Amino acid sequence: MTAIALPVSPLAHRARPTEEPVWVRWTLIGLAFTFLTLFLFVPLISVFYEALKKGWEVYIAAITEPDAVSAIQLTLTAAAIAVPLNLIFGIAAAWAIAKFEFLGKNLLTTLIDLPFSVSPVVSGLIYVLIFGLQGWLGPWLAEHDIKVIFAVPGIVLATIFVTVPFIARELIPLMQSQGTEEEEAAVVLGANGWQIFFRVTLPNVKWGLLYGTILCNARAMGEFGAVSVVSGHIRGSTNTLPLHVEILYNEYNFAAAFAVASLLAMLALVTLALKTIIESKNIQNDKGKNR
Amino acid sequence: MYTFKQHSVLPGFNLALGFTLLYLSLIVLIPLSAAFVRTAALTWPEFWNAVTTPRVIASYRLTFGASFAAALVNAVFGLLVAWVLVRYRFPGKKLVDALVDLPFALPTAVAGIALTALYAGNGWVGQYFEPLGIKIAFTPIGVFVALTFIGLPFVVRTVQPVLEDIESELEEAAATLGANRLQTFLRVIFPTLLPALMTGFALAFARAIGEYGSVIFIAGNMPMVSEITPLLIITKLEQYDYAGATALAVVMLVISFVMLLIINLLQWWSRRRSALA
Repeated sequence: MTAIALPVSPLAHRARPTEEPVWVRWTLIGLAFTFLTLFLFVPLISVFYEALKKGWEVYIAAITEPDAVSAIQLTLTAAAIAVPLNLIFGIAAAWAIAKFEFLGKNLLTTLIDLPFSVSPVVSGLIYVLIFGLQGWLGPWLAEHDIKVIFAVPGIVLATIFVTVPFIARELIPLMQSQGTEEEEAAVVLGANGWQIFFRVTLPNVKWGLLYGTILCNARAMGEFGAVSVVSGHIRGSTNTLPLHVEILYNEYNFAAAFAVASLLAMLALVTLALKTIIESKNIQNDKGKNR
Repeated sequence: MYTFKQHSVLPGFNLALGFTLLYLSLIVLIPLSAAFVRTAALTWPEFWNAVTTPRVIASYRLTFGASFAAALVNAVFGLLVAWVLVRYRFPGKKLVDALVDLPFALPTAVAGIALTALYAGNGWVGQYFEPLGIKIAFTPIGVFVALTFIGLPFVVRTVQPVLEDIESELEEAAATLGANRLQTFLRVIFPTLLPALMTGFALAFARAIGEYGSVIFIAGNMPMVSEITPLLIITKLEQYDYAGATALAVVMLVISFVMLLIINLLQWWSRRRSALA
């Protein structure tokens, strides 16, 4: 019997003429690391270090005092309203833009991206111009005793504004790349619109949808500038977590400020971890499809 | 035939587009137009005076100068980081790759206080600069540091996919024709990366101009010296100078729109370049 087993090793190693000398490689890696360390790793580590510098008791006290708890509640509330609304918007926008051809599509896509390019401060200001006391609807709102600016509704509106594009811009290219054949087949087979969406489109884009939602949520919970303009900074009432960090910091209560900040930093780390997991799922999906 | 929409058998177009336009108008377009309408109440000289006082001009200089410097540093180091992540293998690469997006995910206020603590005179990093007579926190350099952090992922994330797609044949051909590594990089690889690099630069620059949260902690916020334009808008608002705040907001908005246009053009150039390659 002759050996018929093929060699298992995938690729024979070949020397490449297109590689840098080893010392160049390590110098570049070293430079990149130095930059990332100074601007990325050390700031991240310092948040947790400063938060725990005065011990666990101070840390726990800072994140369980009533003002902090109310800030956590408000932040969760704002995100719980803003994220689902932007999710519905993102799906509607992606369905219209990715599955149909119509005039002005590129303009619409650009308009959806607008909130990303507007300064957070301006995002907050425009709501003051509409709902504030001197704003368009201000007198009417005052007459009916409805508070939007310096109250929770304003915070929610500003949060929605800054997070509008996240889910839409994740879904649009994804749904465009998948074309319309599968949905058309479903139509031929007699499915109605909602059946097509839930049975055909949604399973195809679920990871992208989740990815956009996670990023949207991170920004919704972390937004500072826009919310700062409309909040009025009333402790225990219109203070979100990031605003609470600012108040504590400005009172030189650094340990508490960093303790609250560490909650937001953990949110960021969880977001990044989920993002990495979803990306690897996506890559596996793509590979599965191409084969 | 000239029609608004091409025929399709798929349902839901009217509902989806209708909802999209309604939502976008209510949340984004009408509020944004409020800034322009309110500014229209000012006469042209009033507007011009409001947006060109010496304090405002100083804030433009700082905002644009620091944003440009930060975007430039990010272009250089972003390219380096993207290169290292795509081309080399080293321990912890996956973790580094994931952490590059941290500035996107970390709330700006957290970044602000962390960077301030680090780069202050007694901070982990600042203490090494203090003896050299370099103060970072509470000076314009601090603004630059914060904006560099904020813009860090943009160049990396725009250059990375293009770098991954470059065919090794191109570099092999260059090597065969006698080019050394540096020549190959400068003449073959870099021109391919240039549109993506410029897009990343523009994105980082645009983001930096509007940035507020991370900057106000580290800047020191001294009028004429370390006060950024977005902060000046808030200051005016707190003094109930709505007209002045709105005028400045309009200037910022127009700049945002111009940057958006430039970024769209760059992305179009980028796509065309990669389609040809």
